[in-house]
Amino acid sequence: MGGIAELAGDENNGEGCRTFVITDEGHTLGNALKSIICRYPEVDFCGYTIPHPVENKMHFRIQSNGRAVDILKRGLEDLEELCDHTIQVFNNEVQSFSVRA
Amino acid sequence: MVEKSKLYMEQYKTKQDPNDYGLADDKWSFQRFTEQMKIVVVKLNHLEMEFDLIGVHPAIANAFRRLMLSEVPSMAIEKVYIYNNTSIIQDEVLAHRLGLIPLKADARLFDFVQDDATDEGNENNTLEFELKAKCVKRNVKDSSNFDHIYKNHKIHSGQIKWKPKGKQATLYKEEDVGVIHSDILISQMRPGHEFDLKLFAVKGVGKDHAKFSPVATAFYRLLPEITLNRKYHGKEAFLLQKCFSPGVIGIDDNDCAYVKDSRYDTCSRNVYRYPHLAEGVTLSRIRDHFIFNIESVGAMAPQIIFVEAVKVLKKKCRTLLEELNA
Repeated sequence: MGGIAELAGDENNGEGCRTFVITDEGHTLGNALKSIICRYPEVDFCGYTIPHPVENKMHFRIQSNGRAVDILKRGLEDLEELCDHTIQVFNNEVQSFSVRA
Repeated sequence: MVEKSKLYMEQYKTKQDPNDYGLADDKWSFQRFTEQMKIVVVKLNHLEMEFDLIGVHPAIANAFRRLMLSEVPSMAIEKVYIYNNTSIIQDEVLAHRLGLIPLKADARLFDFVQDDATDEGNENNTLEFELKAKCVKRNVKDSSNFDHIYKNHKIHSGQIKWKPKGKQATLYKEEDVGVIHSDILISQMRPGHEFDLKLFAVKGVGKDHAKFSPVATAFYRLLPEITLNRKYHGKEAFLLQKCFSPGVIGIDDNDCAYVKDSRYDTCSRNVYRYPHLAEGVTLSRIRDHFIFNIESVGAMAPQIIFVEAVKVLKKKCRTLLEELNA
């Protein structure tokens, strides 16, 4: 059961700062997503942590001068787009390799 | 053309390119990504694959590797009913050994077992197998060879029989779902020892148990680059050649060393043992050129495992997006 929640503590800091708690995710998604989101110009800080190794939870923090939720969404969309592109390029290359070979 | 960002390998440490502020500093642009990202297949057969993934961030390359190891599903024996086991191998050890036997079944054709399901499962999520064997003494005299005097004294994976459930018999053949290698030794027995086992294989992922991992190994390394900054001639050239993996350094007609193919260098840094050679050699690696190696266990072709891994990442993004938009 995946799931996404917000950590308390950012209510008075505007929309730009949030820590999201993502269940059943780890370094695989965390680091890949972080590497994309921290390259957005409006993001001041982006990082993730797994607070305790036996809890299947990942904390994902965004500090920005936009809306943190929108930035998270955009990050996920970009990562998805990246996956689609990778699959396409990979399949084309495998096909042309089997023709070459 | 922009100079490639490199990682220099000094004698005891690595050093970043002085002009390289890290790959994280450039702004994200999908357009740029599509221009920079390249994939080149180098080797491909039904079990192994080598390809270059060029122009991506290490976090992305590592995500693909982690996904192949631990989140691409495959089928493995999960439950073993032991009706009789009089061999000397303990029940739990036997069950564990059976679990590790690779199966040919394609996990994409099966569902995950739900938490409340029974062990027997159904035709869509479980494969049932049977292993019945009994060791008996043959009527042979004047022989000390166990193969001659005992029948069934070695139990191999090939003796595991598939029991189709429901419509499975019409959909699959035994060679599509059964064990990949029929010569895996499960146990040795002596007369009177007996197995009567029922095995249930289900779909799972590598992060639950390594037996569910579809790959034997999946790893990447960075492309090595060797630069010779001065001329190496004669004896020196041959010594230099011996400092690297075979085929990396070539010797031309004038007895001078040149870099023939740095790709398969192990980056052993042996050259640093000879300071007079090392001062003229620069060892480095290209920071965004990943050489991926995928070795499949045998159930899925390596190129399919990679695509499945990327699909898993895409699905993760999709489910989270759907939840955020809901």
